[in-house]
Amino acid sequence: MSTLLGWFADPNMQWILMGSLLLGIGSGVIGSFTYLRKQSLLGDALAHAALPGICIAFMLSGVKSIGLFMIGSIVSGMIATFGIYAITRYSRIKQDAALGIILSVFFGIGVMLMTKIQHSGNGNQSGLDKYMFGQAASMMKSDVYMMGAVSLLLILICFIFFKEFKLVSFDPGFARGMGMKVGLLEQVLLFMTVIAVVVGIQAVGVVLVAALLITPAVSARYWTDSLGVMVIIAGVIGAFSGVTGTLISGTLSNLPTGPVTVLAATSMFCVSVVFAPNRGLIAKLWRRARTRQHIRKTQSLETARHRAGTVEGGLDG
Amino acid sequence: MMDFWIILTGTLVAATCGILGCFLVLRKMAMVGDAISHSVLPGIAIAFLIGGSRDSFLMLFGAAVLGLITVFLIQLLQRSGLQSDASIGIVFTALFAIGVILISRNAQHIDLDLDCVLFGEIAYVPWDSLIWNGYNLGPVAIWMLGATFLIVLITIVLFYKQFKICAFDPALAAALGIPVALFHYLLMGLVSLSTVASFESVGAILVVGMLIVPAATAYLLTDRLGLMLLYSVLIGAISSTGGYYIAKLFDASIAGSMITVCGILFVLAFLFSPSHGLVSRWTKRQQMRVGSLKQAAE
Repeated sequence: MSTLLGWFADPNMQWILMGSLLLGIGSGVIGSFTYLRKQSLLGDALAHAALPGICIAFMLSGVKSIGLFMIGSIVSGMIATFGIYAITRYSRIKQDAALGIILSVFFGIGVMLMTKIQHSGNGNQSGLDKYMFGQAASMMKSDVYMMGAVSLLLILICFIFFKEFKLVSFDPGFARGMGMKVGLLEQVLLFMTVIAVVVGIQAVGVVLVAALLITPAVSARYWTDSLGVMVIIAGVIGAFSGVTGTLISGTLSNLPTGPVTVLAATSMFCVSVVFAPNRGLIAKLWRRARTRQHIRKTQSLETARHRAGTVEGGLDG
Repeated sequence: MMDFWIILTGTLVAATCGILGCFLVLRKMAMVGDAISHSVLPGIAIAFLIGGSRDSFLMLFGAAVLGLITVFLIQLLQRSGLQSDASIGIVFTALFAIGVILISRNAQHIDLDLDCVLFGEIAYVPWDSLIWNGYNLGPVAIWMLGATFLIVLITIVLFYKQFKICAFDPALAAALGIPVALFHYLLMGLVSLSTVASFESVGAILVVGMLIVPAATAYLLTDRLGLMLLYSVLIGAISSTGGYYIAKLFDASIAGSMITVCGILFVLAFLFSPSHGLVSRWTKRQQMRVGSLKQAAE
């Protein structure tokens, strides 16, 4: 417990907590839109596709700079989204296979480049593999600033354009009829997804960043039917997971941040599945039991009435 | 000889994954393959913790169990009304996270490297030979992958018709009395099995590539399932051979280069496939336009 308090008192840790809090909110909010647009696994593909971008950024600059890495991964993320779009649009291959192709081929190229970097004996490359699993506690203060600022920006954009994004996600045809620039808005959402993924890689790593987008959003969906409330709940769950992950992995040694963060989100998901009103397991069972009871009651009433009817009928006859 | 063993390993992985991948791509379940290849990690970790060694048999078993659990959980969530991609995403990330935690908590006690699980190290395959009665029988990986390949091949050949109908028309299959769910789980079990068998050589994420990319490329080249399987295996073999020499040339990861070659082949098929390629369809359309113009002129 004292170590935990020590962590809280440490200003560096406070920044890291703040960063993961903002990151959690941001990815939860963006995730709600990607879930509604049925693009949940896009995050997974984009995260893997970021690797060649990161490697090329490092090869060109020779320094480990989060800003450059982000630019590199955003560029390769955008190329990847275009690739997925082109494959599904111009061939008979369906979206899931297109995602898989882009994911693995980009990652393969990334691995190739990464081993090339490692073999070149550049002493500066040692932190590159931290990208696989993410280690929030090892981040520099400037990285955290960057992460927090970008997440804040994402949250702000979602807040300002909430109505537009909502309409585009639910009914693009109607939005087009209203005279909205649907294509542009979709592009913006896609771009924001790429950025959320790229920022998330810092904290939870390549393989697990998909969970930051998916799990909080799906959990939130269990609690409400309104998008506004869903976005808020997803943000809260995301923030909770981010903070829990950072705290636990900061206080216990040998625990990478990413997996702990993801498991925190997963446990919130399990809670939602069981306890959510209306959609939750308990609510469902309760409803079923009540319906059954109701049916039994009406049935027994019916049979009683029926019997009474036959008896009366018998007397009449 | 080193070259030969490595290329043979790559080819066996590619062939096994290529056959199964065709069915995954046709059933629109490509990402389930991705999910399985990640979520078998806790199975492997637990097998290591129990067995205390790289006992391949226990490892295969643990991973196969986890693979089936994954598929079961995904279907459970899907049936409760969740989108399929969201349920895939939730299940595999959670299981993978558990696997990573298990491994990193016990990393001192067991000889299991996360990098190895993720990227694989095909270059070490020839060093780990199977010794029996003092005879060197070749690399262990070859035996394991060969056995997996045979199991997959025999199962697919035996139940070819059933798998085919299930892939194209599950409703018809059910009406014909084929146990669709059984074949579904059989296929998924095979996918988990080959994922694990391939783990040490090409790693988790590149198994996904071998499952999806050659099959998708073959899908662009033919309309017949038999040919598609054959092409998929061939493309896999070409990729492993080509990838190995490219890796040697650039001094880079062998598995990464193999997938890169796969990707290049896919792009070629995407552009130039005689029936479904972008270029050939475009020229066909141009010809038709010219033809109709001529007709109109006449």
